[in-house]
Amino acid sequence: MFAFALPMASEEGGFIPPSVSDTHLPDIFPWFAEYGTGFGKQMFMIVLSIVLITWFFTAAIKNPKLVPSKTQYLAESGYAFVRNGIGRDIIGEKNFRPWIPLLFATFFFVLLNNLFGAIPFLQIPSFSHAGSAYAMAIIIYGTWIAVGLKNHGIRYFKLAVVPSGVPGWIMPLMIPLEIISNFIVRPMTHSLRLMATMLSGHIIVMLAAAGARHLIVVQDSLAMNGLGVLVILGSVAMYFLELLIMVLQAFVFTLLTAIYLQGAIEADAH
Amino acid sequence: MLHGSLNMIGYGLAAIGSAIGVGMIFAAYINGVARQPEAQRILQPIAMLGFALAEALAILGLVFAFVVGA
Repeated sequence: MFAFALPMASEEGGFIPPSVSDTHLPDIFPWFAEYGTGFGKQMFMIVLSIVLITWFFTAAIKNPKLVPSKTQYLAESGYAFVRNGIGRDIIGEKNFRPWIPLLFATFFFVLLNNLFGAIPFLQIPSFSHAGSAYAMAIIIYGTWIAVGLKNHGIRYFKLAVVPSGVPGWIMPLMIPLEIISNFIVRPMTHSLRLMATMLSGHIIVMLAAAGARHLIVVQDSLAMNGLGVLVILGSVAMYFLELLIMVLQAFVFTLLTAIYLQGAIEADAH
Repeated sequence: MLHGSLNMIGYGLAAIGSAIGVGMIFAAYINGVARQPEAQRILQPIAMLGFALAEALAILGLVFAFVVGA
């Protein structure tokens, strides 16, 4: 009902909801220069996240104790979660050790960059731009194809696209489907899943802010002003939902990385 | 007047399909783990792969909602 009541009440100004183009922020380096370097807020946050992760984990294990301090405990349980919960359980006891650094770096890099969306003044997840998510997915894509080629040689492409235990007459249908789903759609969805959830979270924040401003500042009636306050209160609940989604998406991204790697390592197992 | 694109309504309708799919995949996964907890390590990658494939449709829908005829 509000969706229909709102536009009629604001005929003169008209409420323009924020769109995707509002997430394109200007470059911060060089300041207000005419030529673009691409060094915007997102780029700054990616550099910041690397500095923060490096600083936190080196500080946490600088003088390790048998009875860990709080910081050391936090770092160790985070490491154990990625190592055991993602690496060992998915890739398997035999092959998971070389992949711990990649999985660990991926998980905490994505997690911190997502959580930037919940920190005031930063307040935009780095992966709400498709470009940064594509870069992450391309690294993973190249890695698992290289792993498959290293373990199985050129035969890997046959193993990856020809399912075993399927009758021969259905092969002309299955092989193109497997090629599309494994080599074309997989990297796309891997990156766009992260980007789409982060972008939608950011758009909710933008929409709540723009809507509340419109209702409180532009509208005259007291009922509309009260509605604007309610929008701000409601956006707090969305904030906590977003926190959950940010952590969950970092987990899902790393879990899928592990699943793709496992599929490449053991391509002949099934 | 209300600005916006009908694409988003279409996307919302399209997302119902993969929402049902994702729900069924996790329902089956929970069922399987509840009946046989030691099978969790085998079932989890399968469930996650199925979830990724089903959600791929919703993501493709979102992309087309933005791309096609804005």
